[in-house]
Amino acid sequence: MSGSPILAKAPPINTTLLDRRSKEIRRKIVRMIEAGGRGHVGSAFSLVEMLRVLYDDILKYDPANPRWRERDRFVLSKGHGCLALYVLLAEKGFFPEAELWKFCKSDGILGGHPEFGKVPGIEASTGSLGHGLSFGVGFALNARHDQASHRIFVVCSDGESNEGSLWEAALCAAKHKLNNLTVLVDYNKQQSYSTTYEVLDMEPFADKWRAFGFAVEEVDGHNIEELRAALRRVPLDSQKPGAIICHTIKGKGVSFVENNLNWHHKNKVAPDEVKALLAELETD
Amino acid sequence: MRKTCLDMVYELARKDRRVFFIGSDLGIGTLKQFKAEMPDRFFMEGVSEANIIGIAAGLALEGKIVYINTIATFLTRRCFEQVALDLCLHNANVRLIGSGGGMVYAPLGPTHEAIDDIAIFRALPRMTIVAPADADEMRRLMPLTVDYSGPIYVRLGKGGDPIVTNDRTPFQIGKTIPMRDGSDALIVSTGVMLKPALDAAEALGKEGIEAAVLHMPTIKPFDTEAVIERASRAHAVVTLEEHNIIGGLGSAVAEAIAEANFDAPKRFKRIGLPDVFPDKYGSQAGLMARYGLTAERIVEIVQSLMQPANAK
Repeated sequence: MSGSPILAKAPPINTTLLDRRSKEIRRKIVRMIEAGGRGHVGSAFSLVEMLRVLYDDILKYDPANPRWRERDRFVLSKGHGCLALYVLLAEKGFFPEAELWKFCKSDGILGGHPEFGKVPGIEASTGSLGHGLSFGVGFALNARHDQASHRIFVVCSDGESNEGSLWEAALCAAKHKLNNLTVLVDYNKQQSYSTTYEVLDMEPFADKWRAFGFAVEEVDGHNIEELRAALRRVPLDSQKPGAIICHTIKGKGVSFVENNLNWHHKNKVAPDEVKALLAELETD
Repeated sequence: MRKTCLDMVYELARKDRRVFFIGSDLGIGTLKQFKAEMPDRFFMEGVSEANIIGIAAGLALEGKIVYINTIATFLTRRCFEQVALDLCLHNANVRLIGSGGGMVYAPLGPTHEAIDDIAIFRALPRMTIVAPADADEMRRLMPLTVDYSGPIYVRLGKGGDPIVTNDRTPFQIGKTIPMRDGSDALIVSTGVMLKPALDAAEALGKEGIEAAVLHMPTIKPFDTEAVIERASRAHAVVTLEEHNIIGGLGSAVAEAIAEANFDAPKRFKRIGLPDVFPDKYGSQAGLMARYGLTAERIVEIVQSLMQPANAK
């Protein structure tokens, strides 16, 4: 053994307060986990605000016609965060809310990873990491070719950024100057086994995206105003694809889930845990 | 065969604005005319095959028909997950044109020899696998790939393969092509192995053994009915492929025959690479000879299968 010891980076801190709606979305996620008996809790909680702003304020879509040609395309490349997406899609009317309570059940359409063709509003089946951005590049190239004005948004995770294929897609997006493509990175600094710093450090993360040819912004990924402002500035650069690095907290919103890797994926959620989760998400 | 195939992609693109082409880092001048005349549908995206499959899937979900060409092993071995998920799971209309099927790249060694491509893709739901025998057959195949539903893998032979097919039987994806009748033995072949299969049948005829030859340019979906119908009339069945004997044509035929539950069992032998990485360089023909993929060897095997069991 030689050299200096690896310094453990402190867990990220985020003091942004969650409003009523953000808590309500998380409560629904908890009820889905209760119904399905499992789910990626921390991963879903960290991207609630990103998805909420996208679906409330940014994306063009028609729940009655999910394949409407002029819709904006949204790909959740970190497919394991789908609980949050399902709640938003149900709220917007892509499918009845009753589907949420059949999460991971044999008679439901909502599984542990989102599927194209099965779930209205899902543009690509994801779950295996490092695929979604390439789909997004394909959608963006197509929009440019067809001279269509719709935009493409892809949410990736920090752990996913370990995948080489993601960076292949990033190179390709920059080569084609895809200003109609925006990546949102859920940077919660935790992956399955440990922190991103320990498993495979992506720092300097924002610089990597810049070096790969993206216009980069960094925001508090739980701050509605910051997210909204950044997403309203899209395209961030007329000659580049955009990357919005969203600094988030895995498990944001519940004290005993935040930065707690035991909650990355839960396959047995006890009734008292559900009770404790809901208690912290009371909307007074 | 590769030239014919890519020329056809160009012709199809001229007729149909949905046709796109993506290459990885192909040889200089590849599809030059396509690029010059239709630059908005021509892409050369570098040595990043995984991404190429993904962007093709994205384009296909938007209604485009995307032809991809690169070396077969990179499509099959390297991009297996992208092909399984991005293409097959989404039933994407992407056509994978794999250069160097079998041992075409003999001088380049095992990294470039596609000896397991059929086995790899045969396990994927919704995948279609075609291996034409020559350039003429390629010309009949390619127009059918435009409006076909789901992903297709086109296995390319070497350029200048002898022309052995004819247009007496219309080409249909998913259908076998009977090339020769014979009541004693059945030789089932795919791709460029049709030529040695026909040569072997000819030589066997002179020895008093009538061998039928069934050409299978489509390996998946597998034409079980035709194979069983032909096999039912033969005493012995051999399969011939420029591929590992595990998982390819021979396995598919064996599965079909086993499940046909014939009252009298068939004599059967798979001829292909004996589960090895080719260990020599040289030429494709040289490696075929080394591993017994020759008319002479097929004759010997069929003769031995036609012997009564107690005479062997």
